Amino acid sequence: MRYVAPTSIEETVSVLAEDVPAQVYAGATDFIPQLRMGRPEPGVAVDLKRIDRLTDLRREGDQWVIGAATPSVRLGEEEDLVADLPGLVEAASLIGSDQIQSRASLGGNLCNASPAADSVPAMVVNNGRAVIAGPGGIRTTPVASVVTGPGRTALAKGEFLVELVFDRPPPRTADAYLRFIPRTEMDIAVVGAGARLTLDEAGRCRDVSVALGAVAPTVVTVPAAAGILVGHPLTDEALKRVAAEASAVCNPIDDKRGTIAYRRQVAGVLAVRALKLAADRAAS
Amino acid sequence: MTVTATPSYKWVGTRPVRHDGLEKVTGRARYGADLNLPGMLIGAVLRSPHPHARILSIDTSAAEAMEGVRAVVTGADFPILESEQGGSGEEYVDFRDLCHNVMARDKVLYEGHALAAVAATSRREALAALAAIKVDYEVLPHVIDVDRAMAPDAPILHEDMITEGVDPVPDEPSNVASRYVIDRGDIEKGFAEADVIVEREFVTQPVHQGYIEPHAVVADVGQDGKATVFCSSQGHFMVRSFTALLLGWEPSRVKVIPAEIGGGFGGKTTVYVEPVATRLSQKAGRPVKIVMTRDEVFRATGPTSGSKIRLKVGATSDGKLTAVEGSMAYQAGAFKGSPVSLGCMCAFAPYSVENVLLEGLDVVVNMPKVAAYRAPGAPMASFASETLLDEVAEQLGMDPLEFRLRNAAEEGVRAVYGPIFKRIGFIETVEAVRDHPHYSIELGPNQGRGVASGFWFNFGGSSSATVHINEDGTASVLTGSPDIGGSRASMALMAAEELGIDVYDISPIVSDTESVGYTDVTGGSRVTHATGMAVIDACRNVVADLRARAAMVWDVDVEEVEWVDGRAQHVSGDRAPMTTKDLAIDAAGTGGPITSSAAVNARGAGAAFSTQVCDVEVDPETGAVKILRYTTAQDAGRAIHPSYVEGQMQGGVAQGIGWALNEEYIFDDGGTMENAGFLDYRMPVASDLPMIDTVIVEVPNPGHPYGVRGVGEVGIVPPMAAVANAIHDATGLRLSELPMSPVKVLAAIGANGG
Repeated sequence: MRYVAPTSIEETVSVLAEDVPAQVYAGATDFIPQLRMGRPEPGVAVDLKRIDRLTDLRREGDQWVIGAATPSVRLGEEEDLVADLPGLVEAASLIGSDQIQSRASLGGNLCNASPAADSVPAMVVNNGRAVIAGPGGIRTTPVASVVTGPGRTALAKGEFLVELVFDRPPPRTADAYLRFIPRTEMDIAVVGAGARLTLDEAGRCRDVSVALGAVAPTVVTVPAAAGILVGHPLTDEALKRVAAEASAVCNPIDDKRGTIAYRRQVAGVLAVRALKLAADRAAS
Repeated sequence: MTVTATPSYKWVGTRPVRHDGLEKVTGRARYGADLNLPGMLIGAVLRSPHPHARILSIDTSAAEAMEGVRAVVTGADFPILESEQGGSGEEYVDFRDLCHNVMARDKVLYEGHALAAVAATSRREALAALAAIKVDYEVLPHVIDVDRAMAPDAPILHEDMITEGVDPVPDEPSNVASRYVIDRGDIEKGFAEADVIVEREFVTQPVHQGYIEPHAVVADVGQDGKATVFCSSQGHFMVRSFTALLLGWEPSRVKVIPAEIGGGFGGKTTVYVEPVATRLSQKAGRPVKIVMTRDEVFRATGPTSGSKIRLKVGATSDGKLTAVEGSMAYQAGAFKGSPVSLGCMCAFAPYSVENVLLEGLDVVVNMPKVAAYRAPGAPMASFASETLLDEVAEQLGMDPLEFRLRNAAEEGVRAVYGPIFKRIGFIETVEAVRDHPHYSIELGPNQGRGVASGFWFNFGGSSSATVHINEDGTASVLTGSPDIGGSRASMALMAAEELGIDVYDISPIVSDTESVGYTDVTGGSRVTHATGMAVIDACRNVVADLRARAAMVWDVDVEEVEWVDGRAQHVSGDRAPMTTKDLAIDAAGTGGPITSSAAVNARGAGAAFSTQVCDVEVDPETGAVKILRYTTAQDAGRAIHPSYVEGQMQGGVAQGIGWALNEEYIFDDGGTMENAGFLDYRMPVASDLPMIDTVIVEVPNPGHPYGVRGVGEVGIVPPMAAVANAIHDATGLRLSELPMSPVKVLAAIGANGG
């Protein structure tokens, strides 16, 4: 296994164009454990952290631009970002321990394509866009379309993620992310739920988005939530219906971390809790 | 809390910073994996992918031909031993089984069972060599569940295993290694006298000790055929004798140098890679290091038994236990020797009950051979007994602590397992919890409170100690007990008390097998008690010697010399006292170096009891159980170093909470462990637990000069029942299966219509 650390997007594109199996990585917090678990070594390991644009974090007008390799800990240090997208920052800060936080990135969390990735539901409810570089230049695609299945992405050969872009929220808008784990930290989501909500001046729901992790091969959204909530206050009765819809869109598996029945039920519970939290934030 | 007058001690009961602390926090301390020798090879072990298979052939020729490979061993490199029981102190092992566990022969009996090993010039080469070993298996059906293992059509692990303890002796082999029975009083009469009878079945899963340091060894066999073994263990004399036995050697051919140990909890009271590395070194003529991965630790060492337990308890309407009856089946792993008999003995040991009929079945199954784990056998049995007692108290409308007090064992009572208790402090632990502010804190919605008690025998055993007075008046205290729980500090405190010198003028040293007398393993909560007695004896010899030397200098009768605060004083007071240093400087003139050794086979290990109270909050929508508050009261006899007594109490509770809520071995249908890592084998993390409050009860043990009782183990006995009883108080649900994970709790809430 050869190690390279390109310093520009162009250089990375040319490394990836070589006829050698390559693996790009940012913090390598998934990559190294996978190698230790017996995954075959690639011909070349491509460290993306030396490319300035990939470790950047900036506000550009009405957008937040987060480099694909920017360590999660940086998100929590950016006060304006925390104020704008608290749920996204929460999700990013749940990835691993303090030590891991200094390495792990949103980009890595997305491209590792684990169904249980914490940051992906939070990125999806915020309509995140992924900026991707490759032999054909730069393209932009919704975050929701990047992961196609467990361990699989829509990135073509030679492509890699450059950055993630989020719009700054309109007034009375907030997001939240909650996950369920059997412990309090250092664990993998059994269920994850992201929610984003815009309220009108009367406290009624104007816009809503709910996305669930770890309950299907990819993150799933709950489109029925809009039909139930938009134009209405968040009553217990309405939220109960959202919970039922959230449970219904799940397509989970039985495994060592949880059962199908458990994941369905708790998906509804967490969706409602995340909505309530987002609503409290949007109202304040 | 103490009921007897406290003698005044200068050092015992104080809290000095531990002598080994600085080296440990600065990373200087050397653990098992930290030694590297010139020319050292790296060893790696080939492990079975099948839970049960016959080894038809092993072809190591390709591996042996690889560059960098210096030695290969298989079962054929180890002797065929007779079935012979031997001990390391607390526990007994069958050396034939141990040898086959260390390196399989003919059959592999669990996924992860070692069947070959290589030594090569790098780990990469060693792993490549393992991949080149060709093994032809005949895969056999496997069994892990105890009930299935006892079924008539179960796959048989050992074709020669005939159940012991059954009359008449069975004709056919089975997976039941032995049956143990406690039969006292008249069980039918006992239940006839009962007004309330409760009966339930309980299931627990295997759990691992979870020590942070994987097993690690460097073995170096010299040209003279003698071996030096550097490793972390709970007993280097055990490593010496077991390694020698498994290689067909005399023990004196092996010297074991103890490394620091990063946790053991019972799991390092036996050998795994030590004999393998030694044989590889012998064949290669170079030192060989083997360090297990965490994956190997889970798949091939530890755990303790999973169990199926049925218990029935009867009591009168005024809260007097009349009868206990039941059956316990424990998974032994691949070879006989689960701690089921200890479970039977411990389950009701805190109580005075006349009519007892308990059966224990030791069942072999296709998982790693179980190893000792903190109060082996007691926690799962007490999970069953203490939740049943809670249910009886509930049905009687009685406070659960009051119910325990009405049945509490005390001095003079015959224990369920036979002997008459000497002075014990069980009642005092119950009263300590009852009187603690925790017990009356008001609870909120979805919150509940549970209590439970526990017993552990504690052990004495063989220990040696040597005390040297150095030229500067300081003292070196050498013992053969690896320091797992702060024993260096305890030894230093007892030596300081006896010698009358400052605790920091004592160097407590864990010596190798050639530098101190034989000492049993650090296990059975025995070290502060038994090794402490050897230290005290050696110190008293030294003090007698120092007084004699002072008498010689002063030319007086030794009876006229007193030893006070580390100085010799003449009773008349008209001579200038001589300090330890004064006497040390002139030692050559008064008979030579000042040193003494002592050895004991300690009897009179006082029994330990613990009573604990736990508050939980149950999330009715997710089944998550949060531990809100936890208080543990334990009889330490006499706390030599209270901080480390508290640490032991808290550690036992933390491990017990893990066992209660999330820890378990998960096997797939093929008998492969699915969670061989700390991500999915869920031990508690720091943020899962509140500060665990401790109450040290001191009812001195009459069997120790200072009254010490072992404190290392009993703390893990009550937590599972305390948590289960708290969950019942919060939800009304009686959970009888461990772990009480969110999935199980939510399913129970759902089944209850919640």
